[in-house]
Amino acid sequence: MTPSDKNLSQCCSSKCISPDMNWKELTKAGNIYTPGNASTYETGDWRTIRPVWDEERCIHCLICWRYCPDASIISTGGKFDSFDYKHCKGCGICANVCPAHAIEMISEDEIEKQKEAQKDEE
Amino acid sequence: MKNKVALTGNEAVAQAMRQINPDVVAAYPITPSTEVVQMFSSFVANGKVDTEFVTVESEHSAMSATMGASAAGARAMTCTSSQGLAYMFEVVYIAASMRLPIVFPVANRALSGPINIHCDHSDAMGIKQAGVIQLFSENAQEAYDNMIQAIRIAEHPDVQLPVSVNYDGFITSHALDVLEILDDETVKNFIGVYKPREALLNVNEPVSMGSFDMYDYYFEHKYQQVAAMEAAKRVIEEVGKEYAKISGRNYGLVDAYKLDDADMAVVVMNSAAGSSKGVCDELRAKGLKVGVLKPRAFRPFPHEAIADALKGVKAVAVLDRAETFSTLGGPMFADVRNSLYDLKNDIKVVNYVYGLGGRDLRLEDVEQIYSDLDDIIKTGKVDNFVRYLGLRE
Ligand code: SF4
Ligand code: SF4
Repeated sequence: MTPSDKNLSQCCSSKCISPDMNWKELTKAGNIYTPGNASTYETGDWRTIRPVWDEERCIHCLICWRYCPDASIISTGGKFDSFDYKHCKGCGICANVCPAHAIEMISEDEIEKQKEAQKDEE
Repeated sequence: MKNKVALTGNEAVAQAMRQINPDVVAAYPITPSTEVVQMFSSFVANGKVDTEFVTVESEHSAMSATMGASAAGARAMTCTSSQGLAYMFEVVYIAASMRLPIVFPVANRALSGPINIHCDHSDAMGIKQAGVIQLFSENAQEAYDNMIQAIRIAEHPDVQLPVSVNYDGFITSHALDVLEILDDETVKNFIGVYKPREALLNVNEPVSMGSFDMYDYYFEHKYQQVAAMEAAKRVIEEVGKEYAKISGRNYGLVDAYKLDDADMAVVVMNSAAGSSKGVCDELRAKGLKVGVLKPRAFRPFPHEAIADALKGVKAVAVLDRAETFSTLGGPMFADVRNSLYDLKNDIKVVNYVYGLGGRDLRLEDVEQIYSDLDDIIKTGKVDNFVRYLGLRE
């Protein structure tokens, strides 16, 4: 069970839906009985490239926040805070509109390789 | 109280719909089922029913509107034939997968082209893998009885699937027949008040229906439909038994006619079953061991009941009023032959495609089939197992 599935089970205790359930456990015809639950469905794993933020360059204009089609830019106190990688689909719009070139799109494969290299070093 | 009346098949079906008194009917006229909705619209106009009648611009919209009404929590119906059903095709799949208990009569008619308005089962066979329950009716009486039972089958908590009630276009839909109809109160009590388990209009228990499904759920939801079809076999029999109590008429998954000691059997649906039974009686009088098997449910396919009914026979002829163009015979032939495979009884099974585009099935034709079966038993040989009855060659 991924963290978001757990999240979902909690959000609707009586009729939850998660991919580890069998056909008997799932709701009839995929009916959804909890309103406003789209956020519990992870779309982040569709991404092949990910946006990476450069704090030095960012001027906190939040243009990226306005343009992101997946509401995946998280802002706090009117400033850029982070990406919601569980839902960011890696479209690259934020990187494209950023006037300060503070967002770079990096291949997920590259990130995987880097992680593995790090593991090997350890 | 016995209430014998003379009605056409369409009138009988319209009467059933009046007694069912659905919340919503959305329909578009098409020959030969037009009369059903035409008569029903007069019931609406004359205040005989409380139905919201939606006149739509096509059958695609008819099934869509019916589906919307059903999802909203209404007991909703439509009615069609032939091209109308073909035009509904994609929505029929959606109604089934959303598990909406919609009951819709289909007066069976050939599909274009060449354009033809007369009876065959091509329309029904087009939706045999759509996930709807398909009941077939030998005559107006059965069409009426199937309509009433269909409501209970469709709405059963273990089923929750659309049910189409098939009866032969013109042969049954337009011919006057004597039948018995139940009184309104009896029907009302039998079908009961519809209490949907979830409804889009129920604001206290919100629900989303028809959501997008990925590979991580779609397969399981499809299997749920298979399980519902499996359950439907039990429910069809249960509802049939209950219906016998109010009507005196028995209904199961199949109608096995004089099969107990039969050597030869004809498997056939709808009105041609009546003709076959007539021939069967005549041959029985001459001492021939013949019988008829009429599947009443085609989907789900009652393969257990069929294997059981045919396990003792030596030769079977399956009559299909539709082509599949597989070059391996008609749709029912494939299913019946498949059902008998595991018996390992060496039952000879042949197929007769008949009556396409409304060509009559004559009694002599049925006699010929039994005589062919007799030859097969005597010689033990089948040279051509897919045959075209009455085709000019
Ligand atoms: S658009 Fe660029 S500069 Fe503006 S908040 Fe986003 S990352 Fe920072
Ligand atoms: S890459 Fe696309 S989805 Fe991801 S944060 Fe940027 S704009 Fe949003």
